[in-house]
Amino acid sequence: MNIVATLKQIPNVTDELELNAAGTDLDHDALQYVLNEFDEQALEEAVLAKEAAGGTVTVMGVDTTGELDAALHTALAKGADRAIKITGDFPRGTASHVQARLLADAIQGLSPDIVFAGVQAADDRDGQLGPMLAAHLGLPYVGVVTGVSVKDGQAIVHKEYAGGVMAEFSVALPMVVGVQAAHQPPRYAPVSKIRQIAKTAKIDEVAGNADGQGAGSTVRRMFKPQSAGHAEIWEGSPDEVAEKIAALMDDRGLLKRP
Amino acid sequence: MAVGLDKVKPEAITEDQHLVVDGMDISGHWNRMFAQRVIFDYDVDKLEQVAALPGGESLAWCYGCGKCTAVCPVDIVGDYSPRKIHRKTQMGIDLFTSPDLWLCTTCRNCLRVCPKEVDMIQIMPAVREQAVLQGNVPAELQKAFEDTAKNGNPLGQPQRKRADWAKTAGVPVPILKDLKRPVDILWYVGSYPSYHPRGMDAARAAARIFNALGIDFGILGVEEKDDGDSQRLAGEKGLFEMLAEYNIATFGKYAFGRMVVTGPHEFNAFKNEYPKYGADFKVAHYTRFLVEHLDRLRPLLKKPINLKVTFHDPCYLGRHNGEYDAPRELLRAIPGIELVEMGRCRENGYCCGGGGGGMWLDSFTKEHTRMRLSERRVREAVEYGADVLAVCCPFEVSRFEDAAKSTGNDKLLVRDILELLDESMRP
Repeated sequence: MNIVATLKQIPNVTDELELNAAGTDLDHDALQYVLNEFDEQALEEAVLAKEAAGGTVTVMGVDTTGELDAALHTALAKGADRAIKITGDFPRGTASHVQARLLADAIQGLSPDIVFAGVQAADDRDGQLGPMLAAHLGLPYVGVVTGVSVKDGQAIVHKEYAGGVMAEFSVALPMVVGVQAAHQPPRYAPVSKIRQIAKTAKIDEVAGNADGQGAGSTVRRMFKPQSAGHAEIWEGSPDEVAEKIAALMDDRGLLKRP
Repeated sequence: MAVGLDKVKPEAITEDQHLVVDGMDISGHWNRMFAQRVIFDYDVDKLEQVAALPGGESLAWCYGCGKCTAVCPVDIVGDYSPRKIHRKTQMGIDLFTSPDLWLCTTCRNCLRVCPKEVDMIQIMPAVREQAVLQGNVPAELQKAFEDTAKNGNPLGQPQRKRADWAKTAGVPVPILKDLKRPVDILWYVGSYPSYHPRGMDAARAAARIFNALGIDFGILGVEEKDDGDSQRLAGEKGLFEMLAEYNIATFGKYAFGRMVVTGPHEFNAFKNEYPKYGADFKVAHYTRFLVEHLDRLRPLLKKPINLKVTFHDPCYLGRHNGEYDAPRELLRAIPGIELVEMGRCRENGYCCGGGGGGMWLDSFTKEHTRMRLSERRVREAVEYGADVLAVCCPFEVSRFEDAAKSTGNDKLLVRDILELLDESMRP
């Protein structure tokens, strides 16, 4: 089976986020970039699919940081077989619409049976990378997926809905999957192994062209969250506070009287 | 056979499998003393696999004397020692997948007594590295590896908060990036003093002591990352190398006379391991550094601490690097302190269980031993009547405090020497 997993680097959100001078975007050069955690899940699900059904996993991404090699080496250490880097003048923070176009062009010639992408990314405004990829490739798409099993040209896909509702789809391959979580936690790739692979692995480079592809939306203003209200602390004995809580719940229509 | 003064020629000696003399059967393998004793009744492949690894060779040198078993801190709370590892491996038990692989704390007491220099400090990382590459790692240790790789510290705390402890030190803690000038001392704080609540207490105490002594120092702040040495000893050599390369490059950005470290593991890393990767600077553990300033420190130690104190030698300060006196000199300088030694001290000091990755294998080790090493140690401190168990390794404060609680010895205080000095300096 021909499996593809797409990777995207995003700002490390555990760092202090800096805005650019115009207040329209992050100050990308001041930030550290890491692999999108949903893509880590997608990669894990791709490797699990390979282990269950056989085949090869190709990982690919748009090199927006000049540091994509490290992420690709990590993916190879986790069990991917081939790595492709899309190069060109694509700066940090390149919009997901542009990345989807570039990825689709690179995937097209691979004739994959199944493509795994992270369902969203922290720097993604619309969470549309997966659906756009599917649209460009003319393939069916299921998102918010928490597990895939492949058999006889079909994928059984578990999708998560709000409110804890789960659904199981049967989809004819090829298809694109937007992964919410792999059915096992992502494995750890020892740095020892990554460094071994980095010395010998070959990364295929593909020149990307996304002329005319827009971002789908523009950001007019970006700002840090402003606190709207403040919590009120109720003083008093437990009984008094319980009275107040009950009164408030009654006031908001949350109590059902017999 | 008549034997005169002449030697019996070898060809004249005959062996009888069954010999009866005067009605008594004296047959047996009497001739074995002249021949190689049969010791390889088992498949020795597993032993050879270990001995074939760079660093693993010396396991095959063991001749089974058992001196290590007598001093192994793990054997005291469990069933484990280098000799036992050798014997089990000789008998075909696979060390690469055995729980035994993760019990060694690399405390170095076995190597101290071993007549054959069987070196578990080399063997364990070599075998563990293979297990790590195969993905056979206890989950809690793997988490520490992941956290270190992602965040630069094994506690999984954000890098940007690395210097937050300094805000509540009450004294200036200059950060080299802002200072923009050479300093006498680059103080490498370390991960646990930077993030662990009890480690931060020691870091703040150190900052106050350095300020009181007028030391010209600076820290790396958010540029500092874990030294990685314990991760190396736990089998993640690549992670160690990645951190060593980063740290050496970071140190190289600044001009400093000497480095002072809070922890013995960092001291060992920078003194003995980093030079292999091109590092070239002088480093001192804080205990030796402060002893150098004892003439000026002593007059500041005004408040008596009237307690019976015992000192736990950190393996990586004592046995690994030969420093036993500096911590004791500091403790003796504090007025009021009565210093008592535990039975296992100095060269034969017990291990807290935190070295060689043990810091991140607490639950795993607990499953394979009768009690934690730290629990055995606090019991010993109590047996010697100590009010305070003094330490100078950032791994130990939390380990021993937890152990004091879990063994019902809550009364035993666990204090870093920095905290005791700082307390004695306060009015």
